Amino acid sequence: MSETTVTPPETRNKLTGGGSAGRAGDKIFSGLTLAAGILIFVVLAVVSLFLVLEALPAMTAAPDQITSHQSFWSYVAPLVVGTLIASAIALVVATPIAIGVALFISHYAPARISRTVGYVVDLLAAIPSVVYGAWGYLVFGPALVPGYKWLHENLGFIPVFGQPSATGRTLLTASLVLSVMILPIITAQCREIFIQTPSLHQEAALALGATKWDMIRAAVFPFARNGIISAIMLGLGRALGETMAVTLVLSAGALTPNLIGVGNNTIPAEIALNFPEAFGMRQSELIAAGLILFVITLLVNMLARWIVSRYSEFSGAN
Amino acid sequence: MSKRIQAKDVNVYYGDFLAVEGVNIEIEPRTVTAFIGPSGCGKTTFLRTINRMHEVIPGAHVKGEVLLDNDNIYESGVDPVNVRGLVGMVFQRPNPFPTMSIRDNVLAGYKINGRRLSSRAADELVEKSLTGANLWKEVKDRLDQPGSGLSGGQQQRLCIARTIAVEPEVILMDEPCSALDPISTLAIEDLIEELKEQYTVVIVTHNMQQAARVSDRTGFFNIAGTGKPGHLIEYDDTEKIFSNPSNKQTEDYVSGRFG
Repeated sequence: MSETTVTPPETRNKLTGGGSAGRAGDKIFSGLTLAAGILIFVVLAVVSLFLVLEALPAMTAAPDQITSHQSFWSYVAPLVVGTLIASAIALVVATPIAIGVALFISHYAPARISRTVGYVVDLLAAIPSVVYGAWGYLVFGPALVPGYKWLHENLGFIPVFGQPSATGRTLLTASLVLSVMILPIITAQCREIFIQTPSLHQEAALALGATKWDMIRAAVFPFARNGIISAIMLGLGRALGETMAVTLVLSAGALTPNLIGVGNNTIPAEIALNFPEAFGMRQSELIAAGLILFVITLLVNMLARWIVSRYSEFSGAN
Repeated sequence: MSKRIQAKDVNVYYGDFLAVEGVNIEIEPRTVTAFIGPSGCGKTTFLRTINRMHEVIPGAHVKGEVLLDNDNIYESGVDPVNVRGLVGMVFQRPNPFPTMSIRDNVLAGYKINGRRLSSRAADELVEKSLTGANLWKEVKDRLDQPGSGLSGGQQQRLCIARTIAVEPEVILMDEPCSALDPISTLAIEDLIEELKEQYTVVIVTHNMQQAARVSDRTGFFNIAGTGKPGHLIEYDDTEKIFSNPSNKQTEDYVSGRFG
């Protein structure tokens, strides 16, 4: 009979009890991270909802209700084109320079110099965009005027080099200012990824008789490809959404192929210029333009993800 | 192909720190030479001076002469890139280029410095090199798949194929089997035996049985203490090193009394 009256604690699995304090901490932390994750979705949903609700009146309105007496889509199309052109030029100019600077910092410069250059690049990122705008307006734009004149005189048969602006406050100037602004973003990101290239692969290339540049092409660039793409996307995101600098630099107007003359506009600049005095339908138009910008950025990011995932088999992650 | 290696009074530095001191050694062509010794004794460091890979590390430099046949690779004006074309290297961890297919990995030495190959010549070279590395049969049907998808031992043989594809004179191996299982190790050791018919092979190993199995000559490196430079203590026929070494330190090490 004594065998049947064994006390409960001895029959219980000793591994089940205890450690409740640690368990609680774990639960709290996992709850916090879950909440943070959910918060992102909530914010995104609220912003999207606001944009869609406010934009709907303008997007569905008849042409004569729109401020410029045309359909919303013909109102916003030139702005989209202007935004894309400015961002594209900024990327084309900034990306090669950024990769070059990042490579100089990560692989070519002696340690002391590379640190200094790194700080300077980071400093560039710390300059507020309104300062860039003022600089582009007062200094950089006027400085470009002789160059624009030369371009028009010698390459004027190309539509993009039409009648030059006398102030230099053109879409090309705005694009170049944007490229300076996104340069540090792309550089910093590329530098980080270049530094992380496994020395294993770098040495493999060198031991095969590669020069430094051969080695960079064989080992560093393939490793950094995805990182470079996301760096460019970060830069593009900044360029697409940049408001202050473009608003100050650009002397806005109707869409024109002439990049060195007066005219053209971007969505962020259009919103910033007009929003303070807008109400009713005008306000809805501007918010709808903002929604379009949001969609463009989303598409660009999805495109980038798709590019990155296409090569995942050869990414070195396996 | 295959050259004699001769080191004369080689001192190897990391910045101001003297890591290996006064190495004099003569390595005959078409032989396998093993470097053994405790960790940190400078055997890998010395190995990397033979193809000027040592100086890839910032501040690292070498004093003395290393001759390939009669040419000093440390003479001023010698481009390390040319030296590395003659002296190939296989590393401790298999390091095929992860973004390249098996085929491209074999051709990497050509592609990297922009040399053009006709596609037929390339096919022949790929087959010849992979056959030379005893890997052809295993991968011939999946040459376009990534090299990083192979097993560790296959990856290491792919690295050897990549090295012999550029037709070097000398092949250096830095603990090539330390990350591999015994079967793969055996495959590499068999391969080393075949490689010495064409190349001068120098291998660093922590595994004394391996040194005894694969090498004709063995060099024993040792270090007097932390922070002191490593020395080449004894260099002789492998048989003699493992049966009847002339130096007390070597005897202690190979008989397992320390290290």
